[in-house]
Amino acid sequence: MKYLFDSLTANWNLSPWMTTLALVLWVVVITAGVLVFMATFAGFTSWVERRIAGRMQSRIGPNRVGPFGGLQWLADGLKCFLKEDVIPKATDPVLFRLAPYLVFPGGFAAFAALPFGYGIAASNIDIGIFYITAITSLVVIGILMAGWSSNNKWSLIGGVRSAAQIISYEIPGGLAILTVVVLAGTLNMHELVVAQGGWPWHWFIFRNPFTFVAFFIFFASILAEGNRTPFDLPEAESELVAGYLTEYTGMRFLFFLFTEWANVWVISALLTTLFLGGWQIPGITDLGATIAAATSLGKWFWVLLSVAMFFIKTSALVFLVIQIRWTLPRLRVDQLMIMCWKYLVPMGFVTLLGSAIFLVLPREGAWAWFHLSVQGIMTLIGFAIVAGLIGRAWYNIHALKDRISLENWL
Amino acid sequence: MSRMAVETLDNESTIVNMGPQHPSTHGVINLRLQLKGEVIEAVDPNVGFLHRSIEKIAELTQYTGFIPYTDRIDYLGAMFGNMGYCMAVEKLLGVEVPRRAQYMRVIACELNRIINHLIACGTMSMDLGAFTPFLHGIREREKVNDMMEKICGARLNYNYMRFGGVSLDYMPGLDKEILAFLDRFERFLPEFNRLITGNEIFVQRLLHVGVIPKETAIHYGLGGPNLRASGVDFDVRRDYPYSVYPEFSFDVVTGGHYPGECGDSYARYMVRIDEMRQSARLVRQAVEGLPEGEYLAKVARNPVPPKGEVYSKVESVRGEMGFYLVSDGTDKPYRLKVRTSSFCAMSVMPEIGPGLMVADMTAFFGSLDVVAPEVDR
Repeated sequence: MKYLFDSLTANWNLSPWMTTLALVLWVVVITAGVLVFMATFAGFTSWVERRIAGRMQSRIGPNRVGPFGGLQWLADGLKCFLKEDVIPKATDPVLFRLAPYLVFPGGFAAFAALPFGYGIAASNIDIGIFYITAITSLVVIGILMAGWSSNNKWSLIGGVRSAAQIISYEIPGGLAILTVVVLAGTLNMHELVVAQGGWPWHWFIFRNPFTFVAFFIFFASILAEGNRTPFDLPEAESELVAGYLTEYTGMRFLFFLFTEWANVWVISALLTTLFLGGWQIPGITDLGATIAAATSLGKWFWVLLSVAMFFIKTSALVFLVIQIRWTLPRLRVDQLMIMCWKYLVPMGFVTLLGSAIFLVLPREGAWAWFHLSVQGIMTLIGFAIVAGLIGRAWYNIHALKDRISLENWL
Repeated sequence: MSRMAVETLDNESTIVNMGPQHPSTHGVINLRLQLKGEVIEAVDPNVGFLHRSIEKIAELTQYTGFIPYTDRIDYLGAMFGNMGYCMAVEKLLGVEVPRRAQYMRVIACELNRIINHLIACGTMSMDLGAFTPFLHGIREREKVNDMMEKICGARLNYNYMRFGGVSLDYMPGLDKEILAFLDRFERFLPEFNRLITGNEIFVQRLLHVGVIPKETAIHYGLGGPNLRASGVDFDVRRDYPYSVYPEFSFDVVTGGHYPGECGDSYARYMVRIDEMRQSARLVRQAVEGLPEGEYLAKVARNPVPPKGEVYSKVESVRGEMGFYLVSDGTDKPYRLKVRTSSFCAMSVMPEIGPGLMVADMTAFFGSLDVVAPEVDR
């Protein structure tokens, strides 16, 4: 968002040190904005998740606080802040207090590089995706710290599990990211979206069969990195009581949960950006040029439309992530590792290689038709999978021949 | 059997307490696990947290007064406690139970079996991290609970049976309601299976986990689905017929033909799923053939049986449930011994537990379907 700052301060004729001061203030404002955004969305996602879970489980879910219970997350957050901050005697007090503050930025700092719309990113850095993978790795240190310092055997098992899991799944995740990075030729989040197009067959996921597989590899890896079911072994309620969270209460506990829900949003946003065309609007081939040519009001229209596109795609994925969480059981530790090292990592290498081969194939003449038909076929397969999922859900909803009523739920 | 020896514990092993306050021990049960990393080296089940001296209470209570206590032996299969105890006292008194009452008892028992297995399969999936199937099971259980309320006025601790019959006759139209539920249940079970039973992660978590060989199962006196999943074709309802069970046709479900191997956790789970079908079949036959007549024989309110001793056993949801009753000719039992299968299931854990991982332990423990009050009584 540096360009916004530059355009704002262009006419002010500030002295150099005033410019620096203004820039610092600007950074503070942007950071506060991102923090508020993240807090709101993490809270909102928690409510959405609980309502969806309620619907899936034939119960109602929180519906008392605010319209449809929409303010429940505020009430819960306040409650957690008012709770006593219990630090057990046998813990390592310094590490125990420090752990949440390491986990929190791991989830929070990823928001800085997410492109929410055309030019709407807190920071458009050139190594955007690399930065995000690096900064989210910080979470594992915090979790391990929490597990160790709690001086609780269940916490320790949870923490060690988490370390093993997150570090292992960085590799297939990284390989899947490389697959699209190779196609786009850049690590910049903005450029990654620009390299895709508005219509589904322009997206990286349907670019060739290998990116299609890479999407699922990345999905699985990033779910594992975010400790989401079916990879929620570090918390594993039924096995490890609450894993590394066991000894935490009140505000510190909230920080962990907060990061988890913010992570849901980051997961979906990353998938959208890397594979599903990000903020690209169908029918617009070059959004940058369109915006440059538009009137000042038109500029806002196009930017907001791009933000809306991003949010629609991300929300759909958030829904999917939540649905997966409330449907699937949990893997076992050895199965988790087998899945990573025996399947996802080799497949990741294959997709990287295959995608690179597709890149060097010529694109002229008859080859153009070949590429287009591959994209078309992949798109059809993708839509068939989505249709199959929806059809299956529809069939199961009506399998009991019950009267479907949402009255109680709303 | 490997026992835990704290003195010889090397630096790489650690002992953790799983329970009595643990999400997947289903009640107040304490398992002491000796772990090496995540692999279990020894299991020491520590029971007795829920001991309520039910057998001693029986000696201080009149015969009729003890019926409600039998609900509390196994709160998820309360009907079977009722049934076993009433059968024992009836045998002692020489009372003939009217046929209508017998049918009503079978209906109530088999509905109770459906309730319990729904909970068992649901909690098992919850132990593996899937929360939704549990609540779907609870939802169907609620439907049966509503019916149970109409049958006997209670939803959990039924206190339904009396010496010589049952406490209440059916209200009009109840049989149709039960049949309507059975129709619905036939649609529900495939839906439940699509949700969780066929799930690849779920199946992989259970296959070859906690295998109880046939000999071990017999040796430890396991009962019910746990025993049958190990390939032992034994069912009290068929092999030691009681009540009117011989008049109905039903299959005894055994393990062995499921994926995986005979006696693993998946077999135990699948035996429960298939037993629900058989119970539904039994209920349907009983409701359709429900005879007219008395629902309660004429028995004194507080009977005084003659001197003697009897043993009666029923096929409870967790296996053979036996009541050994000794009467000294007064209005209170001289001695009552209750034999429950959960206790045997707990005792098999040190044998099978070592070698499993912590995550397997919850799956294995869930598949045994142990209920804490039934262990301790």
